[in-house]
Amino acid sequence: MTEGITNPWPNPWDEAMRAAAILAVDAASMGGAALRAPPGPVRDRWLALMRGLLPPATPWRRLPPGIADSRLLGGLDLAATLQAGRPIAERGLLAEADGGILLAAMAERLTPGIAARLAAALDAGEVAIERDGLALRTPARLALIALDEGLEAEEAPPAALLDRLAFQLDLSAIAPAATGGPGPTAGQVIAARTLLPGIAVGPDVLEALCATAAALGIASLRPPLLALHVARAAAALAGREAVAEEDAALAARLVLGPRAIQAPAEPAAPPSAPPPPPETAEDQPPRPGPEALEDILLAAAEAAIPAGLLDQLRLAPARARLPGKAGLQRQSPKRGRPIGSRPGELRGHAHLALVDTLRAAAPWQRLRARSGPAGGRLRIAREDIRILRFQQRSETATLFVVDASGSAAFHRLAEAKGAVELLLADCYIRRDRVALLAFRGTGAELLLPPTSSLVRAKRCLAGLPGGGGTPMATALDEALGVADAIRRRGQTPLVVLLTDGRANIARDGKPGRDRAAAEALEAARALQAARITTLLVDTSPRPQEAGRQLAAAMGARYLPLPYADATSISRAVRAA
Amino acid sequence: MTGRRSFPFSAIVGQEEMKLAILVAAIDPGIGGVLVFGDRGTGKSTAIRALAALLPEIPVVEGCPYRCDPGDEQALCTECRSRRPLRAVMAPVPVVDLPLGATEDRVVGALDIQRALADGVKAFEPGLLARANRGFLYIDEANLLEDHLVDLLLDVAASGENVVEREGLSIRHPARFVLVGSGNPEEGELRPQLLDRFGLSVEVATPRELASRIEVIRRRDAFERDPAGFAAHWSGAEAALRGRILAARQCLPDIVLPDAALERAARLCLALGTDGLRGELTLIRAARALAAFEGEAEVGDATLRRVAPPALRHRLRRNPLDDTVSTTRVERAIQELFGP
Repeated sequence: MTEGITNPWPNPWDEAMRAAAILAVDAASMGGAALRAPPGPVRDRWLALMRGLLPPATPWRRLPPGIADSRLLGGLDLAATLQAGRPIAERGLLAEADGGILLAAMAERLTPGIAARLAAALDAGEVAIERDGLALRTPARLALIALDEGLEAEEAPPAALLDRLAFQLDLSAIAPAATGGPGPTAGQVIAARTLLPGIAVGPDVLEALCATAAALGIASLRPPLLALHVARAAAALAGREAVAEEDAALAARLVLGPRAIQAPAEPAAPPSAPPPPPETAEDQPPRPGPEALEDILLAAAEAAIPAGLLDQLRLAPARARLPGKAGLQRQSPKRGRPIGSRPGELRGHAHLALVDTLRAAAPWQRLRARSGPAGGRLRIAREDIRILRFQQRSETATLFVVDASGSAAFHRLAEAKGAVELLLADCYIRRDRVALLAFRGTGAELLLPPTSSLVRAKRCLAGLPGGGGTPMATALDEALGVADAIRRRGQTPLVVLLTDGRANIARDGKPGRDRAAAEALEAARALQAARITTLLVDTSPRPQEAGRQLAAAMGARYLPLPYADATSISRAVRAA
Repeated sequence: MTGRRSFPFSAIVGQEEMKLAILVAAIDPGIGGVLVFGDRGTGKSTAIRALAALLPEIPVVEGCPYRCDPGDEQALCTECRSRRPLRAVMAPVPVVDLPLGATEDRVVGALDIQRALADGVKAFEPGLLARANRGFLYIDEANLLEDHLVDLLLDVAASGENVVEREGLSIRHPARFVLVGSGNPEEGELRPQLLDRFGLSVEVATPRELASRIEVIRRRDAFERDPAGFAAHWSGAEAALRGRILAARQCLPDIVLPDAALERAARLCLALGTDGLRGELTLIRAARALAAFEGEAEVGDATLRRVAPPALRHRLRRNPLDDTVSTTRVERAIQELFGP
């Protein structure tokens, strides 16, 4: 059916111009556009074109990365409030951009928090603030242009935001010389705006857009809805009264194509492709009308799928949902990047947030002047104090689980101790916390709860005697408990197990190799289910199957000590 | 509460479990709130905001900023206690949005600066917690809310009372509300402490059948193009649903809870190893509310089965030996106990 496609704008620059014109017709209902391009003449030209297509008085605001809430949402105008002695509100950037465009520079670096605030404004068309004693709702019908300057494929604006923007344009491959040609004009946009409310949409268009989105594996329901808005605006631009096939095809190409996460089901699909869900349109032949249109839309959307995108998706396994060790971000009162302030007391390591404190004190000045002693000074009360909050990479707490059983003692307890000592030094440099759990005989004992005291850990380790059975399951159960406690305190646990892997004591303390091994594997799987990062250092003289199995069950990195001196263990922990 | 017209609750396509959980929590606020977690673009916020328009009005004490219930002596605020007689008026149930970036003073309330300046009186300007009394407090993106605000909300939600000490002001007022949260698991996990506080939890996913996907888009588009007309079209269904909620609330105390159902609930919780008695209590309460909504006289197996997943799935002990998702585990336990 592909021969039926009319493809009047095959050139990417023409396509980008087309998107600009469509966006200019009905920006607020399309969310906006993500523009992937390095800063440069091509991007500047597109932005200039976009701005020129909008009516002259349309707001056009820039959103700096890392913007504070008071500026983004609005809040108290500090200077005016101090002067007037009563609260004076200041409009935020979102309210200022009402009816126009908000330009987010370096959108690939937007934090989830700011993205969520932008998403809320895009959804509601207004910004609600409950800040600094002010409760306001201000209209914010705006479109966002997210300038994505990411270089790597993983660097992209937050998904929550992309989901709400109709267009995802990639200008990075367009040469500045290729940006000529006649573009759409502001006059066309004005004419389309007047036509837009009357544009009719047939049921087949809607159905075909939905089916196309489903066939491309787009789960969210926002893209087909956005595509519908785009099709309508495209029809208005073309001067039509109803959405025609080519408008729908254009919408599919611009909105759905770049979001495809699977190739539409086809007999010739490569065998490595994930099987598309059975609900795709091809499997359930709908009425003849939409089907034909759907094929056209599918073909159009496919044409817009970036080359290699699907291969990339197929190769890259779904990225782990849980952020890894380095990705976890936590709040700490002491270190990291400031992310705002909260009321609190200035004690310990708290840092004063001066401006926020002044902002809290400002409205009260006239009132306090009446009751307090005379004088022209600022009156700051205890409840005004705001302290800075910081965000930092979460602290890691490394739990060493040391096998001190007879077999291990015989082999390499001393070497294991050496490795742990080296790791302790590393932990000290990274200011990680450490804990020590030893197991032998019939039980496991937490010799050292998480601490940042290296000296204590060393002393504890030196006094560790060896001998007895290997109650592996009990030790792993205990380790899971400690790791969980670490996590509840907001730190990231890392479990390093040093053992020869030969469990011979079951949970109930009775000897028996088979049952002990089965229980150990079960306990190891629990560690993996809890998604705790683990490392198993095999201290047996030769790498053993038992250790490898245990590591596999834990999802741990396996490191045989015979091939590893203490230094390489410490390297492995750093990499874990 | 919002100035804009919200999408009618009855017009939401599919998402039966989410709608059920929200309705059940609305029938019996004692169940303790709903958490809706799921994919983008599934209408989580839409459903919760639609609740405001759907709920029947409640009698409140005229002029009381906390909307005290004139029929409930125990729950009156300090002002209403001395106010005699209590004049009752009908008012909508508050569904209050907690916007991201809200500051603590607006959440708990503070001294009314305008009045202090103009009239020299120390008056309390109620915050969001006061506005949410007897209603719903909605946190969109619950996982992005700042920790100190979460702690504060949990504290107040548990005690039912908000205590404010600021600028020489010492106020305590009732703040009994149903906490409703929504979020996307990809944006970060909820702290387990927060998870436990929600009575019901629902996992939503986008509908997979093409027909319902088309219907979602069709209704959404119709609503966006003509909100008033769309609302008018659905007003009959909304009124019918409102009537059912009212009827369910009235007959809720009369729902019979047979010993057999109690035992079933206990065995289900035992089989799943849920911590504490909270799961069991929530399951029973939710089952009663659902039975009332369905117009049944007593709680039966079918009702228990329907409310068990939302009442229990977030209470399973963590680090399970098998890493199947909690929903599957609940369903498996239900099948083992109740038969296929």
